[in-house]
Amino acid sequence: MSSISPTSAGVAPGGKDAGPALPPGRTKLFGASLNIRQSGIYIAFALIVVLFAFLTDGALLEPQNISNIIVQNSYILILAIGMILIIIAGHIDLSVGSVVAVTGAIAAVLMVNYGVPWPLALLITLVAGGLIGAWQGFWIAYFGIPAFIVTLAGLLLFRALTLTVLGNQGIGPFPDQVRTLANGFTDGYLGNIGLGPLGGADLFSLLVGLIAIAGMAASQWRTRTARQRYRQSVDPLPLFLLKIIAAAVVVLAVVVQLARFKNLPWVLVLLAALVLGYSMLTNRAVFGRRIYAIGGNLQAAVLSGVKVKSVVFWLFVNMGVLSALAGIIFAGRLNQAGPTAGGSFELDAIAAAFIGGAAVQGGVGKVVGAITGGLIMGVINNGMSLIGAPSERVLLVKGVVLLAAVAFDVWTKRRAGSAQ
Amino acid sequence: MTDDILRMRGITKTFPGVKALQDVNLSVRRGEIHAICGENGAGKSTLMKVLSGVYPHGSYDGEIIFDGEPCRFSGIRDSEHRGIVIIHQELALSPQLSIAENIFLGNERATRGLIDWNRTNHEAGLLLERVGLHENPVTTISDIGVGKQQLVEIAKALSKKVRLLILDEPTAALNDEDSAHLLDLLRGLRDEGITCVIISHKLNEVIAIADSITILRDGRTIETMSMEADHVTEDRIISGMVGRDLENRFPPHEPKIGSEALRVEDWTVYSPTQRGRKVVDGAGLTLRRGEIVGLAGLMGAGRTELAMSIFGRSYGTDISGRIYRDGKLVEIRTVRDAIKHGIAYATEDRKRYGLNLIDDIKRNVSAADLARLASRGWINENEEFRVAEEFRGSMNIKAPSVSSITGKLSGGNQQKVVLSKWIFTDADVLILDEPTRGIDVGAKYEIYSIINRLADQGKAILVISSELPELLGLCDRIYTLSEGRITGEVAREDATQESLMHYMMKGQEQIR
Repeated sequence: MSSISPTSAGVAPGGKDAGPALPPGRTKLFGASLNIRQSGIYIAFALIVVLFAFLTDGALLEPQNISNIIVQNSYILILAIGMILIIIAGHIDLSVGSVVAVTGAIAAVLMVNYGVPWPLALLITLVAGGLIGAWQGFWIAYFGIPAFIVTLAGLLLFRALTLTVLGNQGIGPFPDQVRTLANGFTDGYLGNIGLGPLGGADLFSLLVGLIAIAGMAASQWRTRTARQRYRQSVDPLPLFLLKIIAAAVVVLAVVVQLARFKNLPWVLVLLAALVLGYSMLTNRAVFGRRIYAIGGNLQAAVLSGVKVKSVVFWLFVNMGVLSALAGIIFAGRLNQAGPTAGGSFELDAIAAAFIGGAAVQGGVGKVVGAITGGLIMGVINNGMSLIGAPSERVLLVKGVVLLAAVAFDVWTKRRAGSAQ
Repeated sequence: MTDDILRMRGITKTFPGVKALQDVNLSVRRGEIHAICGENGAGKSTLMKVLSGVYPHGSYDGEIIFDGEPCRFSGIRDSEHRGIVIIHQELALSPQLSIAENIFLGNERATRGLIDWNRTNHEAGLLLERVGLHENPVTTISDIGVGKQQLVEIAKALSKKVRLLILDEPTAALNDEDSAHLLDLLRGLRDEGITCVIISHKLNEVIAIADSITILRDGRTIETMSMEADHVTEDRIISGMVGRDLENRFPPHEPKIGSEALRVEDWTVYSPTQRGRKVVDGAGLTLRRGEIVGLAGLMGAGRTELAMSIFGRSYGTDISGRIYRDGKLVEIRTVRDAIKHGIAYATEDRKRYGLNLIDDIKRNVSAADLARLASRGWINENEEFRVAEEFRGSMNIKAPSVSSITGKLSGGNQQKVVLSKWIFTDADVLILDEPTRGIDVGAKYEIYSIINRLADQGKAILVISSELPELLGLCDRIYTLSEGRITGEVAREDATQESLMHYMMKGQEQIR
């Protein structure tokens, strides 16, 4: 006994030295790991971009290539917005690929075969998408069939409907306006401006970019001052400014590259509006809050007076409308509605949502996260094709990324749980 | 010396903040039927979980000696291996499998990995004969009634060569006929040499069947008696179960009772899962402003079911009856209706039904009345923050900020979040279901103070609790519920634990 106590006494000072040093280090580590869980996806995205920029000798960041990445992935990103909402509520939609196909077909038949004016045809197509969503939402929300089954049936049903509508052949071409929406760019309304070594760039695009940055900064500042008025904690000013400047630099870099190529793609304008609108919906609207409540604890939501059935129903209606939008853009881009359109889009949209930080059990996820998840896959696709990787390797990498993203989520959650 | 098959000595089991068992002793003689009685929360089920290895060796203090050998079970398989089988209150049968498949579940009659169906069904048939169940072994479990399912559980236990059979409330869900049959069966098993431990609230059954009885109270052994030698009566058991003093655990309170806030009349609710079973049967109660009313009843009496069915029909089917708010007849069909009419229900199971555990305090507080914080569908998050901060202060919620995740709070603080959520709805009628369950003593006092404060603000409060001292210390008036019926209404001055327990247990006979 007496031989042990001196040793432990001898250890104690060292332990004591480590003692006061450890708790701050640990909390800092813990704080950092919390941050990693929330912002890990953006860091991962940045790393992937840097990696491929390096591997492709900068070709990834060339003006035309950036434009391509946005246009080529626009329909997946639109679907990912609807999908993340459904996944937050604890459901899933496997039918979106088929809905993309059938709505593209409807739009083509209306415009090409029946000569319906394109604005009216677009409206009818969006309504058709909404009705498809209502059909599925009814079975899921009011009849109580799991979304997995209903939308699996939808995947088959709407593919069958596509083939029927198209008579098993492609229909095209689309009116110019629709093609412009899907594939075109804003006009150089204000002419070009010289950017020194970067060459000429579209002034209008640059102005739009600057206005967007100014708007973002102003709104962040307003939020910050309002929070201060309510004596809530806010980021210290230097950090706040650093975040704004970092975001501004990224946006500006993309806009400059686009302005040097062919101005702003219309789908980018559309996407920006959708991301803004749906982010507001999820962050600030009562409806958005209901979605998180349902996914977080369904029973508690019911006992708090949330109209669960109605919320779920409208989520699927929304998914239908967004699918129709994606369907129009996809068909417009190919200038033809085809029987195989939209194949496996549902898987890409679901993968985007989960890579973007959605939780498998629901209740967690962000619109911006899903968009980032979609862009990660887009950059991987694009970058690997630039370096000439065969398609099987692209699939392999995407599969690994999806698994790793969800494994990371589960791991951080378990650690957070065991820390408690 | 007596021949004890089981001796548990000095069993102490603690959960975070709660001592569930404290130095409990239990001795069971070979070949007897031994009853264990005690109030809800006295520690009966915990003791049985220690015995059967659900709580493995090392998670409790004390020793278990079975058949002369010390036991260190690390799981339920170990205890079953020794012949100790427990049949839980909620039957653990797989409803879509056959009787025979259930009997041999996890213990399949197989040769080289392939199930021998002839042997399975044959042996199942023999076991069914032993328990007196005349059903084909291939019948699906969901096709037979609860009483017969109970017999299947016993047959399953017999298939494991049971030597000590533990039954937790075996007759709670059974009708009189099935109960009588079950008791006969237990007597038969005793004659075959199987020892039984039975946990029951039905004291008449205990008197009828048990050879000896151990009474638990507050996690301690109170006494063990031999039924015959000690001439045990129901009254004797009850006084053993409740005999404790009210300590100074409740903040003083002078009620200022006002007008009637809620009246429920002739309220009948049917079970949504068991067809035709009345869970609440013609119940009626009245709550007045400023008054704290208790609702006492044993497990399964229908307390939560009564409350939830009132709260926007969130439980039950074929609900009939009338609800009056402030004297006016109202129609409440959904939870939203209930909230709109100023009724709130704070659940007994806050983790499953009360909170979104992955979200933060402020969003949980606002969840039941978001509209108050929103204009045209957009939430004012700063206002939400302010409101939540106010509650954090006034309810003394211990958390670094209202942006803390509720899943990481202690039970007491979670309960305060739940209460804040319902206070925020500005409800006049608050139904609080087990408001202090799983909360340590200090936090309980705080919750009691909050309840008193709410009453003083003119709210009508119904407290459902399994702890009679809590009801006696807190409430101005107490209803007792037994088998879905209101069996008594007692003013605080007239209420004692004994009188309430009589109403809760004997209510049915007294009514008839």
